[in-house]
Amino acid sequence: MSHLLHMAQPAFVPPSSADFFFNPAFGSSFLATKPVLLVMFSVIVIVAFFTISARKAAVVPSRLQFAGEMVYGFVRNSIGKDVIGEEYQRFVPFLFAIFTFVLTNNLFGVVPFMQFPTMSHIGFPVSITIFVYLVYHYVAIKKKGLGPYLKEMCFMPGVPKAVYVILAPVEFLTYFAVRPLTLAMRLFGNMFAGHLLLLLFTLGGEYMLKSALFVKFFAILSFGMAIGLSFFEMGIQALQAYIFTLLAALYIAGALADEH
Amino acid sequence: MKGTLSIVGFGLSTIGPGTATGLIFAAYINGVARQPEARSILQPIAFLGFALAEALAIFGLVLAFVLK
Repeated sequence: MSHLLHMAQPAFVPPSSADFFFNPAFGSSFLATKPVLLVMFSVIVIVAFFTISARKAAVVPSRLQFAGEMVYGFVRNSIGKDVIGEEYQRFVPFLFAIFTFVLTNNLFGVVPFMQFPTMSHIGFPVSITIFVYLVYHYVAIKKKGLGPYLKEMCFMPGVPKAVYVILAPVEFLTYFAVRPLTLAMRLFGNMFAGHLLLLLFTLGGEYMLKSALFVKFFAILSFGMAIGLSFFEMGIQALQAYIFTLLAALYIAGALADEH
Repeated sequence: MKGTLSIVGFGLSTIGPGTATGLIFAAYINGVARQPEARSILQPIAFLGFALAEALAIFGLVLAFVLK
């Protein structure tokens, strides 16, 4: 068996994080690499889709208008209204922008000829997270003032005094370090892992296809897995866009909430 | 066979989040089965818990690649 695998072929090189870096498509600027171009393209796609779907807005919606309104309604009702509550209206544009942007960029991972989820480069999730971070702290400080906000954050009522020694630093770290870190890492990690998984099965299938006849049969299995996982990835990509927006809404809701 | 111990570490780091995710969705399914109209209230809570538990596994994965 092993001599069949090693027949006149170099050993299989598993995909690694090095596969996520591209040379510039033209010129030598990092602004011309695939992820950056995809991000720019995603903005065009989103703007075009929602402009066209809302252009001929009618009481009886066309199919396209219905699709556009469904996405908007989903973000407004089940993320905005349900989570933030009364004051949700002014955060809907923010949440909607995050949701559509993340969703489109994630779905690039399975669109033929693109096949790269932009969010698998940590810079993009981090920059969205910085926005969320600034917004929920700004909202809280504006509503409660810096002092009361920090006090409520670190010293939640109804806890024995001695516990504050541990609780206050933990709560402080949660708000200022853990939340943004997990928010960015979750999206990045999921997209990174998903893309790596697809790479592994397609590259493995290709390698086995070049091997001896006996091994070729397993290539079918590997490609089958790649196809199945692509559908699985689609679900994960939509779910991660939802979770990212949901958590952003939850942090804003926490910032707006009165003492708990 | 060649490999890094970090990947084993990633495998170990998935045990906790895997169990946690199972428990969270079990509770969610139970809740919806008993009270179907509570679904819209339970859904964000379930996904929030899932996301928080899953973050730990993702950290494991990222560290498996970072610590060569």
